[in-house]
Amino acid sequence: MIRLLTPLVVFIGLIALLIVGMQSAEERKRVDSPLLGRPIPNLELPRLHEPDNKARTDERLGEPWVLNVWGSWCQSCRVEHPYILKLSENAGVPVVGFNWKDERADALRWLRQFGDAWAYHMVDFEGRAAIDLGVYGAPETFLIDHRGIIRHKHIGPIDEQSYADLMVRIGTLRDEASQ
Amino acid sequence: MIAELGQVFLSLALILSLVLATVPLYGAHQNKPELMRMAHTLVIGHFVFALAAYLALTAAFLNHDFTVAYVATNSNLLLPWFYRVSAVWGGHEGSLLLWILMLAGWMVLVSVFSKNLPRAFVARVLSVMGMIAVGFLLFTLLTSNPFDRLLPGPLDGQDLNPLLQDPGMIFHPPLLYMGYVGFAVAFGFAIAGLLGGRVESQWVKWSRPWTLMAWAFLTVGIALGSWWAYYELGWGGWWFWDPVENASFIPWLIGTALIHSQAVTEKRGAFPAWTVLLAIAAFSMSLLGTFLVRSGVLTSVHAFANDPERGMFILGFMVVVTGGALLLYALRAPRIMTGKGFDFMSKETMLLLNNVFFAVSAAMVLLGTLYPLVIDLMGWGQISVGPPYFGAMFILLMTPVVMLMPLGPFSRWGQDNLWRVMFPMLATLAGALLAALVIVAWLDAWSWRAVTGWMGGLWLIAGSAHFLFDRHRSSRFGVPRHQLGMALAHAGVGVFVIGVAMVESATYERDVRLEPGQTVEVAGLAFTLDEVVSVKGPNWIAEEARFSVRRDGALIEKMTPQKRRYHQSGQTMTQVALRPGLFQDLYVAMGEQMDEQTNAWSMRIHIKPFIRWIWGGALMLAIGATLAASDKRYRLARKQQAAAVDVNAAPSRP
Amino acid sequence: MKLRFLCWAWCVWILSGHVLASAIEPLPFRSELEEIRFKSLAEEIRCTVCQNQSLADSDAPLAQDLRQELFAMIQDGRSDQEIRNFMVERYGDFVLYKPPLASHTLLLWGGPGVLLLIGLVASWRVVRQRRRLLQS
Repeated sequence: MIRLLTPLVVFIGLIALLIVGMQSAEERKRVDSPLLGRPIPNLELPRLHEPDNKARTDERLGEPWVLNVWGSWCQSCRVEHPYILKLSENAGVPVVGFNWKDERADALRWLRQFGDAWAYHMVDFEGRAAIDLGVYGAPETFLIDHRGIIRHKHIGPIDEQSYADLMVRIGTLRDEASQ
Repeated sequence: MIAELGQVFLSLALILSLVLATVPLYGAHQNKPELMRMAHTLVIGHFVFALAAYLALTAAFLNHDFTVAYVATNSNLLLPWFYRVSAVWGGHEGSLLLWILMLAGWMVLVSVFSKNLPRAFVARVLSVMGMIAVGFLLFTLLTSNPFDRLLPGPLDGQDLNPLLQDPGMIFHPPLLYMGYVGFAVAFGFAIAGLLGGRVESQWVKWSRPWTLMAWAFLTVGIALGSWWAYYELGWGGWWFWDPVENASFIPWLIGTALIHSQAVTEKRGAFPAWTVLLAIAAFSMSLLGTFLVRSGVLTSVHAFANDPERGMFILGFMVVVTGGALLLYALRAPRIMTGKGFDFMSKETMLLLNNVFFAVSAAMVLLGTLYPLVIDLMGWGQISVGPPYFGAMFILLMTPVVMLMPLGPFSRWGQDNLWRVMFPMLATLAGALLAALVIVAWLDAWSWRAVTGWMGGLWLIAGSAHFLFDRHRSSRFGVPRHQLGMALAHAGVGVFVIGVAMVESATYERDVRLEPGQTVEVAGLAFTLDEVVSVKGPNWIAEEARFSVRRDGALIEKMTPQKRRYHQSGQTMTQVALRPGLFQDLYVAMGEQMDEQTNAWSMRIHIKPFIRWIWGGALMLAIGATLAASDKRYRLARKQQAAAVDVNAAPSRP
Repeated sequence: MKLRFLCWAWCVWILSGHVLASAIEPLPFRSELEEIRFKSLAEEIRCTVCQNQSLADSDAPLAQDLRQELFAMIQDGRSDQEIRNFMVERYGDFVLYKPPLASHTLLLWGGPGVLLLIGLVASWRVVRQRRRLLQS
């Protein structure tokens, strides 16, 4: 009898796995970055507005900051744009843009049209620096602490819920920095 | 109007299937012939209504009725009529309707061809299949109604997915579903056998031709899918171990084990419980495949639009069908050892080994497909399991199968001697190995894959030929069809193995930049790009590259790959140019325009050796199974059964 | 070009659509060995934005960038394992179609072998039982 029940037990396990798996299907589409908890790679990139003046990731050491990956070609970046505005107003930390796989003229036009809320933008037109950051789509948002460690990565457009979550996390990072 | 009619037909089919699922079963239980006899009428009625609903949807497509939401998303004014007919199964809802129609069709066939079987048994089989029909009809009506209206309807539809606008895609889903649904017959027989508690070998014998046919359909369906991916996706690959492909491959592997274990149970009465379990598993894995494709639980290249609600319904349905069947199995499966004994070296052991390897392969594919899910849910990170894993594991598991397969047919039931089986085969084996080396040397394709592939493949083909030769000599009435079919199928595996080995080891592939007028030399062939022009189709425009292919200066083929843009969806798609051949395919795909001034384009040129052998082998498998299913021993068995019933009935007449 | 970018953003976040074109680009390989290495690596590395495609099969912009990077690394003379590590450091184990052998993949790599063993032992016991039937 017990041996005959084995297939049923295996089957129930399979069904349980599939039920749980289906409920988490959306979350699993986002691939966790192995860079979490590790120092942000040292990148030196031109600024969008002043191409000759290079910006570096390590110059931000000492305070937490936000790095937001966007592109003028990216539909969802338009969707999250209002939250970028709110974030740079309310977070109290610099929100740096990472203009990815774009063209300068397009990016500048986009900013004129929708508003430039970022502190400044680093540009990566070829997309090589983005590989070092493990970027795989736009928009993506990184939180970096005062020691230059990547503490959080949000994948996809920021919405009401993830905005609140980001604000809490930024608060924690600021507390850590001021201690 | 026609959509509402379709909906009514579907609802009527549901009512009939509800009656079918209960009344004949009750009749069989209470031994009431008049209730059991209802099954036949109900099955016919159910089929008629399912067909009417299906035709109603087809009519909506042909009439461009964009007020039907399903038509609006899957068709378009410019779509040619044949794609409008096939668009019926181009999306989730309509493909379910096709499922239902095919299940109804199988039920009619079972009802018609089982006239000579015991009435109670047939009534149970049809009732079980009726239950499955109830589940699918409810699923369609509650979560995925293809007749839902969209008011006001759009002026034009969104077009059928361009990938599906292709002849290969017209036939791939119907054949695949024929296989999936066909396993419902084997499932029905197994459950009816459990319910009735009859002597096992009998119902197994009756269900064998059905299982063989379902397996043949599934084989062709999978092969067509592979062929379609090869020329339609433009990558030149023929199997990707994608979750959706695996979802159809798992039932196939289990089905393969099932047709072999049925042989033992029928002929020798051994392993009845295992055969029942495999029949349940084959159909359950077909359901699981349906679930994986439609629920969005796994990421795949070719899944339907994802919907968790639908996923939950299929899971619930699986719990009822498979869970119920397995519970019944635990309660009623034969626990005593039945049948005749056998020794370590015997046909039974050979078939048992076949079952071990195929069942483990199915489990391996399932494990690899679901493992990323397990890891993620355990919080151990995210991993991918892809072709390197499946390919390596599958080759490891199938190597013993290839080595032993030719010996199976020669071994005797009960007790045999390895040396007696091996000795006459030694010359065949040596011949196959030697021929493999000669061929590889002649093709100059030295690599371990090509060498082992040819050795294994020729060993299978030569072994089958040897078997047929033996049988032909020793039998006075010619080789019976089931043996002919088996030999053909086993040789088909050999053909397949050779094809795979050659494609994987000796494919030539190169990406080149070409301007009009330029020529590229590839393996003794000169591909000249003559021009790149714009062409127009019914619902697309394209850039078309025109190639002349020459060997030693003589023109052998004109090839015209395209890069198409579909008007309605705006999707671009590569249309590859192919020159199929028995020994090699030429394959040209168009990439991007690289320079506007010179009109230079990137092109991919493949030379795929022996790739047709892959699908040719699969076709041989399917033809072999069909031949075996048509053997007269199954028809004879039915007549004898009927005669026996008549004899028993005679004395009781007044 | 722009249009594909748009479609891609859609594919990632809004729809689960298809990237229909395939990746065709002539690269200036120095030797056949380099080309073979490139192809086999591109086939075992997963394109993270795609629905389940390797770098070799995908035309997504990220896949194009990663192929360029892969090509550059091969030209640089880096070993296959170094290149895999490079990808894993940035995108995690998810990018490898062949999962590394580790404690959490033990069941994956060992499972089929264990099942086969169980199957063979069970068969052996079944045959031993059945033999008795033969002798009696």
